Amino acid sequence: MPYVTHSEAERSEMLDAVGVADPDDLFDIPDSVRFDDDYGIEAHSERETRAAVGDILDESADLTEFLGGGHYDHYVPSVVDQLSLRGEFLTSYTQYQPEIAQGFLQALFEFQSLVVELTGLGVANCSMYDRATALGEAALLADRVRATDGDRVLVPDDLPDRVRSVLDNYTDGPDIAVDTYPTSGGTVDVDGLADRIDGTTSMVYAATPNARGVLETELDAVGDLAEDHDALFCVGSDAVALSVLEPPAAYGADVVVGDASVLGLPTTYGMGLGLFACREEFLRQVPGRLVGAGEDGADNRAYTLTLQTREQHIRRERATSNICTNQAWLALRAAIHATWLGPDGLVDLAEECVTGIADACERIDALDGFEAPVYDGHHFREALVETDAPADVVDHCRHAGIALRTVEDGGEERLAVCVTDTNRDRVDDLIDALDGYGGGA
Amino acid sequence: MSQERHERADDGSSDEGTSAATGREAPHQQARWYAGDRYEPLSSEKGTETVSVTSSLPDDLTRDELELPDLAEPEVTRHYTRLSQMNYGIDSGPIPLGSCTMKYNPAFTEDVAAHPGNRVHPLRDDDDKQGILHLLYELQETLGAIGGMDAVTLQPPAGAAGEFTGIQVAKAYHEAHGEGSRNEVIVPESAHGTNFASAAMAGYDVVELPSDEDGRVEVEALEAAAGDDTALLMLTNPNTLGLFERSIEEIAEIVHEAGGLLYYDGANLNSLLGKARPGDMGFDIMHFNLHKTFATPHGGGGPGQGPIGVGAALAPYLPTPQVREADGDYETYEPEHSIGRVHEFVGNWLVLVKAYAYILRHGDEGLERVSETAVLNANYLASRIEYEVPYGPFHHEFVASADEDAADVAKAMLDHGVHPPTTKWPEIVDEALMTEPTETESKRRLDDLAAAFDAVAAMDPERLAETPTETTARRIDQAAAARTPRLSWQDL
Repeated sequence: MPYVTHSEAERSEMLDAVGVADPDDLFDIPDSVRFDDDYGIEAHSERETRAAVGDILDESADLTEFLGGGHYDHYVPSVVDQLSLRGEFLTSYTQYQPEIAQGFLQALFEFQSLVVELTGLGVANCSMYDRATALGEAALLADRVRATDGDRVLVPDDLPDRVRSVLDNYTDGPDIAVDTYPTSGGTVDVDGLADRIDGTTSMVYAATPNARGVLETELDAVGDLAEDHDALFCVGSDAVALSVLEPPAAYGADVVVGDASVLGLPTTYGMGLGLFACREEFLRQVPGRLVGAGEDGADNRAYTLTLQTREQHIRRERATSNICTNQAWLALRAAIHATWLGPDGLVDLAEECVTGIADACERIDALDGFEAPVYDGHHFREALVETDAPADVVDHCRHAGIALRTVEDGGEERLAVCVTDTNRDRVDDLIDALDGYGGGA
Repeated sequence: MSQERHERADDGSSDEGTSAATGREAPHQQARWYAGDRYEPLSSEKGTETVSVTSSLPDDLTRDELELPDLAEPEVTRHYTRLSQMNYGIDSGPIPLGSCTMKYNPAFTEDVAAHPGNRVHPLRDDDDKQGILHLLYELQETLGAIGGMDAVTLQPPAGAAGEFTGIQVAKAYHEAHGEGSRNEVIVPESAHGTNFASAAMAGYDVVELPSDEDGRVEVEALEAAAGDDTALLMLTNPNTLGLFERSIEEIAEIVHEAGGLLYYDGANLNSLLGKARPGDMGFDIMHFNLHKTFATPHGGGGPGQGPIGVGAALAPYLPTPQVREADGDYETYEPEHSIGRVHEFVGNWLVLVKAYAYILRHGDEGLERVSETAVLNANYLASRIEYEVPYGPFHHEFVASADEDAADVAKAMLDHGVHPPTTKWPEIVDEALMTEPTETESKRRLDDLAAAFDAVAAMDPERLAETPTETTARRIDQAAAARTPRLSWQDL
């Protein structure tokens, strides 16, 4: 029996101590609801288990991915695994006893500090599930802090369905309406937004880079519109993009949400780490966990979970969120990755996200039958490509070992391409595959 | 004995070797969380650098500068290694936090997680991610068998997210049956705080249910509370006092008669493996805490994963996508009346892989042995400590009542090299010490824990307030930290 360490003698001694002959006698379960059957699960040795799980995982195709769309792959240095897998970190629990959790608390404090620097906002929490749930929490925050008549959240019409669906579930309880505003030319249509925003709007959301991979250029105007209508301005971004982009606080963002797993986490089927920062005036309304600096009994600096009176284990139904188990270990990994990169390394990585996709688009555009990018403007990691039969192109490339996807873009079916530091050296293969399609057409 | 130990520690000497409390080598002397300097400078104190940001982007899109720590890899390694030494995990020693279920995490699951087949992008076509879908399908089916549930979604990224998902599913079900006016969720007072918060988040009024004299649901109170407004009763069984709700069938009948649904909070499922299934007890919806029941590392507070299982009538409302088998292949599909998504993709994939590996490793007999040992360990430890333990008989955890401030007891236990129990909750018990040793603790560790409890019980109450003295940090004034929040190095 794995992981149970009692010898038979110890087990007998323990059974004697509690006064039963068999552990089964300790189960206070009425016979009518006893389970007398098997689940039908066969036990495996450690070696067999590893092999069995590995065999299943190996059934996926071996492809070079140019996918993106909300899940991005960057090279994660070995030091992130080596350090984060230390058992004292990996197997620890929520820091309810800060005196023996200073290490993790300090790492989370460093993560919060990183997010504060990247966003320019005063408060960052430490570890939401993913970018979609972080956006959902932002809408709930806006609902709590903005006493508008009727609650309405405005999102761009290019918000991916997956994110919209999560937002719809989060806003269902308090009856917040989610409406879209138009984009044009691949970016926010400020006039279109001005027509939609009104006194019932509690929050306006815009992402940069946006769903088409384009960096928004008029977010200051969006911020002004939000401010004029007493709506919160929520900006979506990610930890790598923010390393070079203007801090959202500078153009009026009240909240920043998005993806922090672009640091510290390789591609793992959509596992994520959400980003959440806001202005200090909303401090007591922030969802999730916060780490604060204080002093211990010997006047040394020490860290602790703080402002817990906002949380579910104290405030219950009046809590700011139901978050308990969260993504703390991934925040640790992001902090280690960012520290390893340093400011120069982060800026270089972000710059590679700009030049990588620009170079790829230039080469794709030179191919017969392809135009890239569809939208003018500066792209970050991703761009849309126009071609006659994008689904056929995806099919063709798949046979060349390359994974691409199509997206629905304003009524048109288009090809989407994502380039980062981990697949940039495979762009030649992508070009060859696309060229091969054109040549065959 | 314990006082002598503290006096030695107060001298500043590190007491190597045997623990005065137990007469044996204490676990913390291997962990040495208290060793060396009591403070590790922030990485920012070691050196930040402000760089001018130059990029191919136009100036009006970019920031002027970025200020962050700038350390070479050796210093990054030493910094975080030192931080790890200032931290306690289950690999360091027991964490008997009631209701948190912190058991030893098998080492091999990290190798399973590192398998290259996990590095798959979620937006691949189904055909190109058969391995991922196959594992999702197997885990869905396996959890369904363990819970006695007809359908399972793996999507929610945490237990509380599973609660929220389950409540949304119940709401969609009621609405589809013309019962959308049901606006109340009933929750026992001893329930996890997340139950209340999740119900409120989904827009429900919460009705709190009192406990009866033996610590279980007061059936008369439930009869009075259940009615046309009842959407759901959320129940943990065994409950947070470690007590099995023996009237579960009667409870289910009352809720169902009223037209409500019964929700099972899976936080304590590790004490029922092989012994009972929520579906057989009449529960319509349940969540699994994979990170608790199936021992995936909590990582300082997560990631976890909170799949939900439902009966057949609720399956059409589950989140999208679901996975099914079709002619030997696996495909995703959207349930007919799906509530949509609660996570952009499928939550914490690696936790799913680790939990699946854990289940395969154990098999039927191993899983049953898990719950038998968890229950034996809890009862053994409860029988060994001097604090009063009201209620019983216990399943996987018990709640003792401290004679003094339970928070002080916890701090004093830290000096004995063990992680203390959950304190001051559930509030039904005065100065509660909610203790769950879990099945992976040896008799020797349980005896250490009992010795720590008893040594603290014997301490002069005035000394309790001075503890801990042997940890990295001395006691932290959390109220003061909350009064003047400093939440980033920019605030220091």
